[in-house]
Formats: sequence, C-alpha cells, structure tokens
Amino acid sequence: MTGGPTGAATGAPPPGLAAATHWARRGDRVYDAITRVGALAVIVVVAGLVVGMGHAARPAIRAFGWRFLVGSTWDPVAERFGALPFVYGTVVSSTLALALAVPVGIGAAIFLAELAPGPVRAAAAFVVELMAAVPSVVYGLWGVFVLAPLLRTWVEPALGARLGFLPLFQGPPYGVGMLAAGLVLATMVVPYVTAVGREVLRAVPDSQREAALGLGATRWETVRIAVLPYGRPGLIAAVLLALGRAVGETMAVTMVIGNRPEISLSLFAPGHTMASVIANEFAEATSDLYQGALIEIGLLLLGITALVNLLARLLVWRVARAAPGGPS
Amino acid sequence: MAEGLVVEKLHAWFGEAHVLNGIDLVVVPRAVTAIIGPSGCGKSTFVRCLNRMHEVVPGARVSGAVWLDGADVYAQDPVEVRRRVGMVFQRPTPFPTMSILDNTVAGLRLAGVRRRERLREAAERALRQAALWDEVKDRLGRPGTSLSGGQQQRLCIARALAVDPAVLLLDEPCSALDPIGTAKIEELVHELKSALTIVIVTHNMQQAARVSDWTGFFLLGHLIEFDATRQLFRTPRDPRTEAYITGRFG
Amino acid sequence: MKSVRTRRRASAARVGLTAIAALVLVAPLLAILGFLVHQGASGLDLALLSRLPKPVGEPGGGMANALVGSLILLGLAAVLGLPLGVVGGLYLAESTDRRLPSALRFLADCLNGVPSIVVGLFAYTVVVLPMRRFSALAGGLALAVIMLPIVLRTTEEMVRLVPAALREGGLALGLPRWTVALRIVVPTARAGIVTGALVALARVAGETAPLLFTALGSRLWPSGLDQPIAALPLQIFAYAISPYDEWHRQAWAGALLLIGLVLVVSVAARAATRGGGGAGR
Repeated sequence: MTGGPTGAATGAPPPGLAAATHWARRGDRVYDAITRVGALAVIVVVAGLVVGMGHAARPAIRAFGWRFLVGSTWDPVAERFGALPFVYGTVVSSTLALALAVPVGIGAAIFLAELAPGPVRAAAAFVVELMAAVPSVVYGLWGVFVLAPLLRTWVEPALGARLGFLPLFQGPPYGVGMLAAGLVLATMVVPYVTAVGREVLRAVPDSQREAALGLGATRWETVRIAVLPYGRPGLIAAVLLALGRAVGETMAVTMVIGNRPEISLSLFAPGHTMASVIANEFAEATSDLYQGALIEIGLLLLGITALVNLLARLLVWRVARAAPGGPS
Repeated sequence: MAEGLVVEKLHAWFGEAHVLNGIDLVVVPRAVTAIIGPSGCGKSTFVRCLNRMHEVVPGARVSGAVWLDGADVYAQDPVEVRRRVGMVFQRPTPFPTMSILDNTVAGLRLAGVRRRERLREAAERALRQAALWDEVKDRLGRPGTSLSGGQQQRLCIARALAVDPAVLLLDEPCSALDPIGTAKIEELVHELKSALTIVIVTHNMQQAARVSDWTGFFLLGHLIEFDATRQLFRTPRDPRTEAYITGRFG
Repeated sequence: MKSVRTRRRASAARVGLTAIAALVLVAPLLAILGFLVHQGASGLDLALLSRLPKPVGEPGGGMANALVGSLILLGLAAVLGLPLGVVGGLYLAESTDRRLPSALRFLADCLNGVPSIVVGLFAYTVVVLPMRRFSALAGGLALAVIMLPIVLRTTEEMVRLVPAALREGGLALGLPRWTVALRIVVPTARAGIVTGALVALARVAGETAPLLFTALGSRLWPSGLDQPIAALPLQIFAYAISPYDEWHRQAWAGALLLIGLVLVVSVAARAATRGGGGAGR
C-alpha cells in the first residue's frame, strides 16, 4: 500500500489509514461483486432463452418426435406439422444468396483492400457500412415493390425461355418466390462478406506482398499467390458468418418469398423458410400444438445459426493460433 | 548470366523527403558490392531502386537511370526487371501456404513454366546453389515455414535464384539470423559470386569487409565514397568514411 | 513461358473483374436509396408525422402513433439493456478473473448471432405467455436482448481504450480499484460508451421481427406498457403487405423516415468514435 507519511517511528500505521484501507477493500469487493453479477446476468439471459423456448416447444416435440424434421406436411387445420418445407426453403434461399454474394463480396473485398486507389477505398468502406445499417424491412420493401415486379416482367420470363429445360427455371413467373428471396438475401449479406473479407486481406503482412513483387509478380499475381492463400481461412470464416445471417434473416424474406409451405425444384415457385413461417403464422397460431411446432422451428433455427457461427469462430481461432510459423 | 549495373544520377523521394541525392555508381559484374552506412542513410532505398521496388510505395518517386545490359530498367516493364534483378529481404518470407518445392519455383510458375520435370530440376539446381538441397531434399513437400530461420532465408535465396537473375540484391539478409545462420549465408555469397552479381546491404561493417569486393559508403542520402573493399577499409579517402568505419558514429 | 505482356493483360482483366464486383456491390444500395427518395419523399409530410392511421381503405392518416411507439420501445430497451450491457462491458475490460470473462465473451458472441425472430420467440415465452397479453414490455425486452451483446462489446472496447497510464496514476495515488474505475476510467470512456449505446439503439430501431408477436402493433396511441404498441418498422411492414396503394405510399414514406433516422444516428455515432471521442480527452 502507500507508504504513509513518516514521522511516527512506531510500528503501527496511523488509525485513519487503517480505516481507509478497510473501506477501500470493502468497496473493491462490492464493485467486483456487482460487475460479476452483471456478467452472470447475461449468461442467465442466454440460458433462459434456450430453456424457456425448449419448454414451450415440448408439446410439439412430444407429439412428433424426430419425424418433425423430415415431415413435409404443414397443416394447421389438421394439426399435422412437419418442418421439412421450411428447412428446404432455408437451405435453398441461403445457398442461392451465398452463390451470388460470395463471388461479388470477395471480389469487391480484393478490389477494396488491394487494388483500389485511396479515395475510392474510403468511399466504399462508408457505403458498405451504410448497407449493413439498412433495416431488413426496407430491403423487403424494395424487394416487393421493385425487385419482384422486375423478376416477374423481365427476368423470369427470359430465364424460362432460355433455360426452361432445367427444372430450376420452370413454372409460371410469379415474381415473388425463391429467386426473389435469394436475390434479396444476397443483397443483404454481401456487405458483410466484403467488410470482413477486407479486414482479413488487410491483415496479410506487407512482407508477403513484397516477396511476391520481388519475384516479378504483377498486381493480380501478387494477390493470387501471396495474399489470398494467406487470408483463406479468414475468408472462409467471413462466408460462414454471412451464411449465419442469411439463415436467420426474416422480414425481407417473408415479404418476397410467397409464403407457401411447399417444396419445389423451381426457383420461380413460392416457398417458405424457417424464419419466414414463424413471422407469418405465429401471431395467429391458436393451439398449443401449433405454437409449439413453430417454437420448435425456432429452436431448430437457433441450433443451425449457432452451429454455423461456432464453425466460423473455430476457424478464426485456429488461424490466430497457427499464425504461420517463422518470423512475420 | 551475370551482368553489371550502372547507376546514373539516381534521385529518390518519399513524398517531399529527398532520400537519395544524385547517386552515381557502378556495380561490377561477378563481384560482391556492399552498401554500408548508418541507419537512415538510404542504403535500403538505394537497393530498392535497383529493382524498382521503391516506387511500389505510395508517394514514392525516382529519377535518373539504372543501366542493366545496356538498357535502362526505368524504361522497361518493372515485372520484367524484377525477374532479372532478384531480391532477398531482411526477414525470411517464405509463402506459408506453399511447400518448400512450391516456394522455390514460385517465380518460375508465375513465368508460365508448367512441366513438373522442369520445375523439379530448376528447384534442385536453385536449392543446391543456395546450399540448402542436402537439408531439404527428403522433405520438399513440407511447408516452407517448417524450416529454421536460417534455412528459411536460404529458401528465399533459392526462390530468387530459381528464375535465373542477372543480379541478386540482398537487403540486410542476416539481421534476423543467429551467428551460424549468418556464417552460412556469407559462405553462400562467396560461392555465388562467380556466377552472379551481388549487391548486399549491411549495417555490419565486419560483414562487409568479409564478403565484398567493392564497398559504397552512404550517408544522409549521398554516396560518400566507393572503392575496392580493401582500399576503403584500410585507407579511406573521406574523413566521414573513416569516422564511420572506426566506430566514431553509427 | 508466358510473356510479360500476356501476364499483364490477364492481370488487368482480373483487376477489372474485381472492380466490377465492387460496382455490383454498391449498386443495390444506390437503387434502394434512390427508390426510397423517389417513392417516399412525396408521402413524407406533416400528416404522416402527426396523424393516426385511418381505417382500412380511407385515404389520409399517418404514422404518428408508430413513431411514438418506437420511441417508447427504444426507451424500454435502453432501460432494460443498457445498465446490464455497460456493467458487463466494464467487467470484461477490468476483471482479472480467469474463466468467467471468456465464457461471457463467448456467450455474448453467440447471442449476437441469434436471429432476431428467435429473440422475439424468447420474449414471447417469457413475457407474453405469463402476462397473457401482447405488450410493449415484451417488445422492449426483445429489443434489449438484441442490444445487449452490442453494448457489451462496444463498452469493453471503449473502456480498454483508456490509457493504462491514467489507471496506474490513480492506483499509484492510493485510490482503490473501484474508485479508479468509476471516477477515472468510466468518465474518460463515457463519450465512447454513449456512442456505442446510440449505435446499438439505432440498430434495434429498425428491427421488425422481434416485435411481431411481442409488441404486436396497434392503430391507436400507446396506452400502457402492458398493452400492444405500434412501432415504425411494424407499421411499414403491415402497410407494405396490404393491398392498398395509399398504404403502400405511406410505407415508402415511413421507410424513408426510418432509414433516415437510423443512418444519421449510426453514421454520426461512428464518426464521433473515430474522431477520438472518449479516451484521452
């Protein structure tokens, strides 16, 4: 502790100091306790989330068991519920979204991190941040009033005419449907791919780029042999994070996907995702079983996003640990 | 095919800062030229101007000429120049996602060489030249970063040698190595010079005296003195050179 | 051997492709903003901001109750979520415990990745079911849970930015840790913490999904925390999926308003943080 004022040659500290120290230690213990309680409260919230929902989903879990995951009938009237159409819808819409967002997002990330001139980089970083801040319902609004009519009038008929031999592009062009959902999701997810991708690429040390340039590599070749391989684990993590978002996205999807619990091979057909069926039907779910089924879908959704995010985190952790050996 | 370099009125800037002032220098072929001087004197910048790495930094500028085999490198494509004038940096930088073999032939692959036989032969040749072959011949598939620091640096030298450059630039190649690694590199430099022109930047004067045939002393962006190594170290002509090599400042 | 010119051309082509990718990236945002302004500006008038929604089919009316409702919900979210988030963030930044901080960080990151609609389900099971009614409280709780990990993270970051020298100076004077934390560290980081809170609020201001079956939405003025309540994103959603052109027009206007508020607060807050607001001042 502080060496107190001298003068007194006795061994005992002045009485005021002992009291002050006592209160200081008391105060520290109280402070520690309070902050620890705060921390624990967060943990309680998360635990409560899972427990509370698990409890509410019990009626459905008891009624359907594992068949819930593979059942494709969704009939609220007859009270028969199967989650397969929604799992299918989530998988298809997210896959489509990633198939579009990953090339664009990583390409843009490479451009912004490595190749673009200075002012362009700053402007683009700003735009990417803006895009991530736009609320989902606004993307949905644009999707339902601008994108869907566009698809219905121009894109889907054209695709149907040229590529209609593929089951993917068959059926009437509704505009709303799986294709619209995939496109809107791609638009929402691509800023995340770019933002994280850019950070990953910027973290690649300059010494790597210099090594490639010194060998006589062109700008692109430098990116190809020195930057991208080094950043690959991080880029994969970025893609996984984007997948997590796409899977959980609700409002924009429910506004453009057509909201029909059907499984169809065609991208033009309306469908449903796990998130959109909950949004669409929960407020009207009258019976315990119906509600329980929807909550069970919510748990499924939680599980999938948790898994995807865990994978992404694992990758990032592995990269940080195995930071390529040797001098950096 | 070893060549010499002729540096003519070379100036270099980082933005407003004028870091190299009118350097005129001849790099003799098939010999080792050392560049010495205190920190900040411009030796690294000078060497980076020889293979056009300096201008990669935003805001960097160069004027003057560097003649290689009768042509000014500043009139050629930098990518072409950097294949003919190779560089090894201060810290070893093998590509971590590539094996030892792939690292060695990285430059060749860029140039479009595909055939595996050719690549293997070139790798063996380069690794032998870099005195690394015996240590790695049984583990060419292992990652480049699985080697020790000194070995990694020799791998980087092999990588630079694989594309058959005319000149090899070494920018303080031993500063991250232990004495044994350093000794190996110095030995290597001695062996390589019969086939290659070498320019080595070093802050270690004893090293310059050990390995080089010619030495240039830089101070504050100027070339103060350039002479045969023995001459410069025994009987320096400029008082500043003498002050530096006798350790009066550093 | 490939000639240098061939390589250069291939290189330039690929660089061009990435530039195109960057353009494709930016295009939708410009399109969305463009449409918002084009479609929404005409509907953005005083009536929108001051009137209640009219019954189905009647023209006119506004979103005043939704605006007020959103503010109330954000207030609730702040009251429920900020104290916990700031205290937790302080804990993460200062504590020397061994395992609790990393467990907390891990869980907070998990919570961050939970879809907002699932958070809505949670608030439903924990508030709506026991209360047997939809309420603003449930909506506020859902928003608070979404805000929590964001506030945790930004608070921790801002507190960590406080220079160690300041802390050590206080400790060297003999001040106990809790005084150093509350009297020196927090005031220094205060601006940054506030900014983080604002950013989190802006983010949840646009959330719709967690409100769908908690706050539910309403056509009337807010009448109590234990009653359903309107919110701007909910209203936009309801109008957008309706079949009435008049409501579509109002949806665009409302969306323009919403995005304007969200973007202004987000960008201003980020700019303030980057300008060094907080530690060191």
